[in-house]
Amino acid sequence: MLDRARRTLVRLGHNFIDNVWRVGAMTRFFFMLMVASGTSLRRFRLVMREVYFTGVLSLIIIVVSGLFVGMVLGLQGFETLQTYGAQDSVGVLVALSLLRELGPVVAALLFASRAGSAITAEIGLMKATEQLTAMDMMAVSPMARVIAPRFWAGVISMPLLAAIFSAMGIFGGYLVAVVMIGVDNGTFWSQMQAAVDFRYDVMNGVVKSIVFGIAVTVIATFEGFDAPPTAEGVSGATTRTVVSSSLAILSLDLVLTALMLRGDY
Amino acid sequence: MTAENLVEIDAVNFGYGRRPVLEGISMRVPRGKVVAIMGGSGCGKTTLLRLIGGQLRPGKGAIRVDGKVVHELDREGLYALRRRMSMLFQFGALFTDMTVFDNVAFPLREHAGISEEMVRDLVLMKLEAVGLRGAHNLMPSELSGGMARRVALARAVVMDPMLVMYDEPFAGLDPISMSVVGSLIRRLNDALGATSIIVTHDVVESMQIVDYLYFVAEGRVVGEGTPQQIRETQLPVVHQFVHGETDGPVPFHYPAPSYDEDVGLAAARAEAAHA
Repeated sequence: MLDRARRTLVRLGHNFIDNVWRVGAMTRFFFMLMVASGTSLRRFRLVMREVYFTGVLSLIIIVVSGLFVGMVLGLQGFETLQTYGAQDSVGVLVALSLLRELGPVVAALLFASRAGSAITAEIGLMKATEQLTAMDMMAVSPMARVIAPRFWAGVISMPLLAAIFSAMGIFGGYLVAVVMIGVDNGTFWSQMQAAVDFRYDVMNGVVKSIVFGIAVTVIATFEGFDAPPTAEGVSGATTRTVVSSSLAILSLDLVLTALMLRGDY
Repeated sequence: MTAENLVEIDAVNFGYGRRPVLEGISMRVPRGKVVAIMGGSGCGKTTLLRLIGGQLRPGKGAIRVDGKVVHELDREGLYALRRRMSMLFQFGALFTDMTVFDNVAFPLREHAGISEEMVRDLVLMKLEAVGLRGAHNLMPSELSGGMARRVALARAVVMDPMLVMYDEPFAGLDPISMSVVGSLIRRLNDALGATSIIVTHDVVESMQIVDYLYFVAEGRVVGEGTPQQIRETQLPVVHQFVHGETDGPVPFHYPAPSYDEDVGLAAARAEAAHA
């Protein structure tokens, strides 16, 4: 009994030290990434190529999900607001929910599963097949040539994807509320226009999505770069990317929301 | 350091963690020669290449390439040296997201700063030398193992390096591809005026193309000589390797407690004797 408790404690201790170590290694990796970013910013073509793979190829899932989320918001919002006779404000509800929260958060979660996992798997397999070592032996830094372009592509793509997600969501809400249910078209848009503040609602959403973009791509590239060069190692790293990114997005969202709210309670 | 040696390895020790891999190993690789480093799997041959390339640092001793101590170079110095050396990896390590052409063009585009027309000419020239000019549009996934190795060879020599290191260039190849790769290594080395180091355990193939051989076992050089001297040697460990004997100085069994003890025979015998 005592022995089992001791073993559990030792295991917990090992896990704790391991995780602290990983956080340290990831921070160091982030600084190395920043130092190596000069090349990819000078040769912007490398970044644009990755924007295509991470951003453009994620468009379908972002557009379709945005549309559905907006439609559901429209339905649910109309149902609830009707109780208070405020069904004309459904446009405001859809727009604010999407711009402040759902746009950045859901788009980032989808980005982590679609593009983050792909980045980890690709870098992990490049490592396993010695492509990164080969590059290093050719006096080309893998950090500058492979990692940094993927990172900057993620940072650029993420706010754009979140914006597209929100726009599609608002369009979905419009389809449900105005076209299907019959809320007045003018009221829907004018109320939204009056209630949404550009700096407070739109820009805060953009800031969130940039932070999520940095978090997801740092995690994805680090996990790929750090993956043991085996099939099992790469699959474990891919899973860790999705899990850690999702947790990072949700916890960062709480912190950012708390910082951004005006707080006149 | 003498001018005729391009690579000098002096009493190098290296270990992964507490496990020693190389223990006081010394070698000389003369300029313009093809030198083979042979030994069983896991004897530290690939580690030696990584030490020469500066990917690992020796625990003790020094490795000099073209007069420079590799582990004392800073990052820029090391990258400057690496631009003049190249390595062929065991399975080619071709970039899977690029065509054959782009793979071979990669070092030129990164370093040479020459026009795209010149890149095209140089790449096609090297691909012609390995017989794969017609395959320049293919992706690495469309190549056979032997073809991938030849593309990697073209990429390794595209910058006309002074030193080319080959990590198991014959592993997993059919006999035809094996002799094609073997003769290419020799021909390219002589045509480019380069120096080559081949890490291999393929005795027959490498004996035909190399100028000098080193045998490594348990982290040390246990035998060396020209192919002729190696064929005639009486050193037990080299003899075992060259003739492919299953047991000898390199044991068949991994270290273990005695078989009788492990399967419980010893206890049973003692019990029987007691009874």
